[in-house]
Amino acid sequence: MRNLLAGIVALNMVLCPASASDTMRLAVTTSFHNSGLSDVLLPAIAEELAVKVHLLVVGTGQALRLGRNGDVDAVLVHARDAEERFVEAGYGVRRCEIMYNDFVILGPRSDPAKVASTDSAVGAFRAVAEAQERFVSRGDESGTHLRELAIWSQADLDPQDFGSWYSEVGASMGASLNTASGLDAYILADRASWLTFGNKGDLAMLYSGDSSLHNQYAYLRVNPALHPHVKAEPARRLENWLSGPGGKRLIDGYRLNDQPLFTPNASCTG
Amino acid sequence: MKSILPGVVSNASARRRGVNLVGPVDLTVSGPGTTMIIGPNGSGKTSLLRMMHGLERVRSGTVSWAVPTEQARQHQAFVFQTPILMRRSVVDCIAYPLIVRGVPKKQARVAAAEWAQRVNLGDTLKQPASSLSGGERQKMTLARALVIKPELLFLDEPCASLDGRSTREIEDLLAQARADGTTIVMSTHDLGQARRMADDVVLLLHGRIHETGKAQEFFHNPSTDEGKSFLAGGIVE
Amino acid sequence: MNEIFQGLLEAVGLILSFDRDLVDITLRSLQVSLTAVAIATAIGAPVGSWLAVTRFRGRRQTIAIVNALMGLPPVVVGLFVYVMLSRSGPLGVLGLLFTPTAMIIAQVIIATPLIISISHQGLRELWAQYHDLLISLNTTRWQRMRTLIWDGRRALLTAALAGFGRAVGEVGAIMIVGGNIDQATRVLTTAIALETSKGNFSLAIGLGLVLIALAIAVNMAIHNMLRTERASLW
Repeated sequence: MRNLLAGIVALNMVLCPASASDTMRLAVTTSFHNSGLSDVLLPAIAEELAVKVHLLVVGTGQALRLGRNGDVDAVLVHARDAEERFVEAGYGVRRCEIMYNDFVILGPRSDPAKVASTDSAVGAFRAVAEAQERFVSRGDESGTHLRELAIWSQADLDPQDFGSWYSEVGASMGASLNTASGLDAYILADRASWLTFGNKGDLAMLYSGDSSLHNQYAYLRVNPALHPHVKAEPARRLENWLSGPGGKRLIDGYRLNDQPLFTPNASCTG
Repeated sequence: MKSILPGVVSNASARRRGVNLVGPVDLTVSGPGTTMIIGPNGSGKTSLLRMMHGLERVRSGTVSWAVPTEQARQHQAFVFQTPILMRRSVVDCIAYPLIVRGVPKKQARVAAAEWAQRVNLGDTLKQPASSLSGGERQKMTLARALVIKPELLFLDEPCASLDGRSTREIEDLLAQARADGTTIVMSTHDLGQARRMADDVVLLLHGRIHETGKAQEFFHNPSTDEGKSFLAGGIVE
Repeated sequence: MNEIFQGLLEAVGLILSFDRDLVDITLRSLQVSLTAVAIATAIGAPVGSWLAVTRFRGRRQTIAIVNALMGLPPVVVGLFVYVMLSRSGPLGVLGLLFTPTAMIIAQVIIATPLIISISHQGLRELWAQYHDLLISLNTTRWQRMRTLIWDGRRALLTAALAGFGRAVGEVGAIMIVGGNIDQATRVLTTAIALETSKGNFSLAIGLGLVLIALAIAVNMAIHNMLRTERASLW
């Protein structure tokens, strides 16, 4: 008994994280994390900035929520309207666009709704709705979900009116992709998640390239005036680095399966 | 030290879930010596002992001692018909009453080992109590009761399920305890045992005391018909 | 079926390669869940024995509530702990969110009702056996509780191991309060959830098998330890 307790105490001491020079918490979206880019960026950040970044991988909605509560020091998300509201409300210092990639429309290889032959994202969505083919929606207020809703709205369609072919799963990108793969359904996903997804099944990428599928990522520091405990200094250094030449070089050079994934376009407002 | 005796049971009864277990009864235990409570099964012998010791709530009347009840209970011990074994070694079972009284563990174990020797369990000190035979178990609980040197010892049919040899051993140990000054109140339905051990006799029938008296008188010349019938081996209901 | 086989290969490969990350998250799983269970048992065993030896008004209701709390969804516990520990919450100043400590707190809340309930069940039976003896010996309530805890330690061990099983396999709460941060709060279950969301089913199953192996190893180790202890105690 005594040995067991001693063992537990020892385990706690061994694994007690040695408080590193500078650590900060960054909430990022699943899509960003799935791209694998963070595996390249984090070691470089640790080396060049002496900042150890702890990543919290969540949906955009939850990421902004964590920022609002002061539970993270900065967020890297992709939902412009929500981000601007975040800064306006004073939760964030300012909004820095860092890079973009794009969303893609996936569906069963046989493509019963003939999405591949449409000429816009809106057209593709209309084709699915007309054919009433099964469509899986994130339904979780994530950046991807918000974008999907925006496209439906451009197509003058309201998911509220859809029949049983439209499934809101209320889950993360990965879980939603697993569902779509199992149901042979259409789904909107970010390119990075799709490329790294391991359970593609019969799904294929059917449409991409439209400007309405543009996926902009932005970095927002949590306002230290509101949350005095946040690691404002490392967060600011990280902002400089991501929007500066160091970040640009790594983002631009990143390849997944020999395909470029992100295009840096740093610009800060506010 | 002031004696807890005499103990006076005055018009006392005990009941559980609306059923009268025993009483109302009047009884005085003044010691020294052995008081045997005899009577058929279901006459309330167990309940009477338990009520006197405080294991059954007194519903009417009183049970009182020469000192306050809380204090009196410190000088009493109880041996149950079915030995209550703790999940411990023999020596730790016997030492337990000392340990709850605050005796240091080492000292308690030494005393317990001595008592184990006295009841011929010296070879089993480290064994689990549950590995003992029926007779050994009852000897162990007797040692556990005597280890605190009680002034008054209650025993509820301690030999009910024992063979002759074990019964004899228990009786010898009780005779020794009596000689050492412990007052004994014990129930039995074994008349032979009552004859061998009793100084005083209490005949209990239907939860009521029918006769009390010196053993000599009771066994030679019982004063009630029920007493006569019980002694004659007749079925008394 | 193929994925399970792949998972098995993956698990064997992971264990044989003694992958640094795997060792890290496995040890962290152990750290968090064993610590949580040790604390939960330190709370649950006395409460269980107190419920066994004490009769009070509302005791049945208390037991019913404890039993109901066993079914608490971990996600709800996680959310509750998050709200408490969030910088905007009442305990925010402690800065515990997204640390192993926060995960331990969540698992203590999850495991304690289970440990109370199972230890109460075991100790209640022991109390029925001991009742007359301990009353006769004028024991205090505290002594009764201690005696039951010591003599009923096997029942308590069963309770603790059940608590460990629930804690170590739990993902909903620690995902929320730990954040699944690589090299800080990632444990086996959150790693499994992560790999599942990436569609890496065979790796997820492989990690799952490691988790099962870990649970079995802990159970056997603790049972063994008790057996060696018993030899000297009995």
